[in-house]
Amino acid sequence: MPDTTYLYLIPFLPLAGFACLGLFGRRFPGQTSGWLATACIAVSAAMALSTAFGYFSDWGREGGGYASLQPIDVPWLVFTEELAIHLGVLLDPISVMMICIVTFVSLMVHVYSLGYLKGADRLPTYFAFLGLFTFSMLGLVMSSNLFQMYICWELVGVSSFLLIGFYFSSPAAVAASKKAFIVTRFADLGFLIGILILGEGADSYDFLTIIERLTATMDPNYAAVMAPTFLGFSVIGWGLGLVFIGGMGKSAMFPLHIWLPDAMEGPTPVSALIHAATMVVAGVFLVARLFPVYAVSVPELLSWVTLIGVFSALFAAVIACTQTDIKRVLAYSTMSQIGFMMFALGVSGYGGEAGLGYMASQFHLFTHALFKALLFLCAGAVIHAVHSNELKDMGGLRHRLPVTHACFLIACLAIAGLPPLAGFFSKEEILLAAYQRNHTVFYLALATSGLTAFYMFRLYFNIFWGQGGATGHHGHGEGGGFMMVPLVILSMGAIGAGFVPFGQFVTSDRLPLETHLHLGFSIAPVALGLAGIGLAALLYRKPSPLPGQIASRLGAVYETVYDRFYVDELYQFVTKQVVFRCIGAPAAWVDRHVVNGLVDFTGNTALKLSETVKGLQSGRVQQYALVFLCGLLLLGLLLMYIF
Amino acid sequence: MNLTAILAIPTLTLLAVLLVPRARQARWAALAGAVAQLAASLWLLVHFREARSSGDSGFLFQWQHAWYADWNIQFHLGVDGISVAMILLTALVVVAGVLVSWEEERMSKTFFGLLTLLGLGAYGFFCSLDLFAMFFFLEVAVVPKFLLIALWGSGRKEYSANKLAIMLMGASVAILMGIIALMYSAPGGQWSFDMLHIAGWEIPADTQTTIFALIFIGFGVFTALFPFHTWVPDGHSSAPTAGSMFLAGISMKLGGYGCLRAAVWLLPKGAVAYGDTIVVLSVVAILYGAFVTLMQTDLKYINAYSSVSHCGFVLLGIGMLTKAAVAGAVLQMVSHGLMTALFFAVIGMVYARTHTRQVSEMGGLMRAMPFIAVLMFLAGLSSLGLPGLSGFVAEMSIFVGGWERGTNFHQAATMLAAMSIVVTAVYVLRAIGATMMGPLRQEAHSSLTDAAWYERVAALVLTAGMLAMGLAPEWLNELVGPDAAAIADRLAAP
Repeated sequence: MPDTTYLYLIPFLPLAGFACLGLFGRRFPGQTSGWLATACIAVSAAMALSTAFGYFSDWGREGGGYASLQPIDVPWLVFTEELAIHLGVLLDPISVMMICIVTFVSLMVHVYSLGYLKGADRLPTYFAFLGLFTFSMLGLVMSSNLFQMYICWELVGVSSFLLIGFYFSSPAAVAASKKAFIVTRFADLGFLIGILILGEGADSYDFLTIIERLTATMDPNYAAVMAPTFLGFSVIGWGLGLVFIGGMGKSAMFPLHIWLPDAMEGPTPVSALIHAATMVVAGVFLVARLFPVYAVSVPELLSWVTLIGVFSALFAAVIACTQTDIKRVLAYSTMSQIGFMMFALGVSGYGGEAGLGYMASQFHLFTHALFKALLFLCAGAVIHAVHSNELKDMGGLRHRLPVTHACFLIACLAIAGLPPLAGFFSKEEILLAAYQRNHTVFYLALATSGLTAFYMFRLYFNIFWGQGGATGHHGHGEGGGFMMVPLVILSMGAIGAGFVPFGQFVTSDRLPLETHLHLGFSIAPVALGLAGIGLAALLYRKPSPLPGQIASRLGAVYETVYDRFYVDELYQFVTKQVVFRCIGAPAAWVDRHVVNGLVDFTGNTALKLSETVKGLQSGRVQQYALVFLCGLLLLGLLLMYIF
Repeated sequence: MNLTAILAIPTLTLLAVLLVPRARQARWAALAGAVAQLAASLWLLVHFREARSSGDSGFLFQWQHAWYADWNIQFHLGVDGISVAMILLTALVVVAGVLVSWEEERMSKTFFGLLTLLGLGAYGFFCSLDLFAMFFFLEVAVVPKFLLIALWGSGRKEYSANKLAIMLMGASVAILMGIIALMYSAPGGQWSFDMLHIAGWEIPADTQTTIFALIFIGFGVFTALFPFHTWVPDGHSSAPTAGSMFLAGISMKLGGYGCLRAAVWLLPKGAVAYGDTIVVLSVVAILYGAFVTLMQTDLKYINAYSSVSHCGFVLLGIGMLTKAAVAGAVLQMVSHGLMTALFFAVIGMVYARTHTRQVSEMGGLMRAMPFIAVLMFLAGLSSLGLPGLSGFVAEMSIFVGGWERGTNFHQAATMLAAMSIVVTAVYVLRAIGATMMGPLRQEAHSSLTDAAWYERVAALVLTAGMLAMGLAPEWLNELVGPDAAAIADRLAAP
């Protein structure tokens, strides 16, 4: 293995960009800040790709598979002899894959932003935040320590908050940024407690140590934490379950998904990077990172992962069919696709053929990052052209935006799972893994896959076909080269990524897995995909009254779906009525009137008491004489009575 | 390193502030003294680390002088890692506090004199090894607070100043009673106020328990022990900016340090007996403080109630009685001191410009004052425990230390306390969102000026401390760790 201490530069270059732009950004003229940030991330991306090349082709190989290497490990905060936060780098197939995805998509987004935000206000701030995000995300995927991951987890959360709220004058953006942070923070509470439990159980926060110790089911040292306790789950089961809640929050799984659609208030390139390709898959990555422990020690927990994953996939796909904001449709589609990755992990086992779901999940994560980033960047180009997010303002744009049109079509075909585009391969593997484990999950996933094709092409036809939108054709044409080049590069990825022999590289046990394409098996998903596209073409290719009629025929059902099943309203109710009115307000009242009331009462009583007693000190001699005599008399009586 | 320097510099500063010929020169004298003291504190840190790494343990740089020989009262100075951390924190807060008061023109000699005196009291408190001297310095630090609020305050300042002074004086009475009771339990009638002697005494468990309650409650009032916290919101909100910063950054730390040094360390059996009670009260303070903060509309009240919640973490760490938790309590004191002082400084800057502290009357201020907005983000994010800033390090240390206790009770308490990270996020983001972000609420606010040089320097001093702790916490953890372990070991001993 070559000297890999340079690896720390991969996250630290974007951080240096952040620090530099954050401190001195205002002094940089024009686009310089953007160029600086792009240069930093370009070097990072080059280093990441060369690391991946070296790792997969040369020094990462070990005994027929790939090694887990830990080239950097520095103590950061030592709690006790065993428990300490270390900052380190863990290299294994998933982290190597992730650093490539993160740096590559981030580079594309940086380049795109140079065009998209040209001449915009506060450009240095924007690029500084992008750098902070990229640093945190890279730190997250390279983490060698559970607590290190939590640190980066929080930092990606705050970068996401800052970027969603980038247009800080807009109340919607401010509300969305707060919502994103608070909902994910709520989930992070689970993650944190899970960390405490796992750390206590394994006597370490180090990933490799945790995995080694907590999968040793025969080891008497760890028997206690694996024995069933509260509600039938072992201590480790509870820990992993709580950690999974953290993952659900970041990955927008039902019911913690409500922040993701609102997060679309941020600049569109940010949505492409954070809310499509990288940060939102952190939950999937987290489960994958600890997968041996899930699969070996608490396999029953994986059925929950499956359930939540498949439900989120279907739920989001249904909502996506009704939304009219282009970015919100894409947001629900992201949630749905992450659901696919999540349940693929849920139906997977550890090692060998049983680990197909794991490999499929990571494969889909990889391809999805490319085509979903592409979709968002295309949507950005469309929004750039028509100055609106609403489908009603679009239509017939295929002539005005030919490159965007072609790229968007490629991405739609990829996400719909049509061969030979990238999404086809990864989705096939997921469906196959589901079919081998659980038929119900398979059929639900199949239905979702059909819906995906439908809602994506509903979007496609609405934007690029039909008639011009309400705003007419006075907007811009296509953005400049900075915006087009990333689109074209990502399109090539969306076309070709499926041909990567993924099973050779990334598997649950890091040993190669032979995957075969079962042509017979592919017929149903592809046919359903084509049916979805056909239906969308029928309804939306030309202006037609049909969609409206169907919606009104469905009535309340359509309304419920359009209003996202009122989940947001439920949260609103809980926060406003329960947290604020039933906890906060009474607590504040008690503090002012009871706790503080007692303090004031003590003070006032002392005052009153002295008020009463002070009457005696009147200065009138007669009164003093009277009191004196009375006292004397009383004393005399007392003495007589006693003796 | 001679510890008397730590007391001599503020004393000379005080004299200089009072003797300079013109009132406007007082601020320069105060600033020069504060900076010199900061340099001395850093010098102390360097020497302390050197001495510790060469194998010295316990209290270093001891200096002793008989004060009142008949009662065996000594002027005994000495520092361990915890005191060094506290001295450093105080020095940072004093520099920042003097700077934010730069334009204070009313009776400025007295004002800066009182700030220096308060600092002097804190320095003496943190390096005293004699209980009597420690108590003396505690009182030295209380009186200036009353005057600062009553003379330079705003709002219901007389009420707040009275309440603060009376509650803290009441607390002092409890402490004094505890100290006297401790003297009467001296073995063989050998009176000594010297903590190094007292720590070696064999005191019966029930005596320890009684005295512990007195001393702990006394110091607890200083650090907002529930339900004796009500002086905090009123006191903070009525105090001038530097007064609030000193209250949160220094005064509340006197309490935490006193609890640790005079109660837990000297009376380990008492601490073990009351540990769980402390845990319960601190968890109540953490959550209750956080929920009350949610409902506040005045920026100073928001920060004051959040202090109740954050100081609950200090007491929680102490009550957990493990090394990591006790170290976490000290880290939390440092962290809370820095971030709350910064928050109050920012509130002062905003108030000086907008003349309001009501959240609903602000909005979109980031456009006009980006520097102040960044500071508010930093203080707020540290408050909600963002990694990279100071709060995270302290809270995690307390959580890990609490969880380590292993019992269901302590783990449940840790979980409940951890819930505050969500509530904190809600109130911090609401406050920042409503004041700095969003559309401009008042047209007049578009022409406000950003921070002046002295405000920038003040904020940078505190921010530097926060970052030094948040980015590379191990130096601080190493500084306080061995002494936290020494305290925790005494608790574990049968």
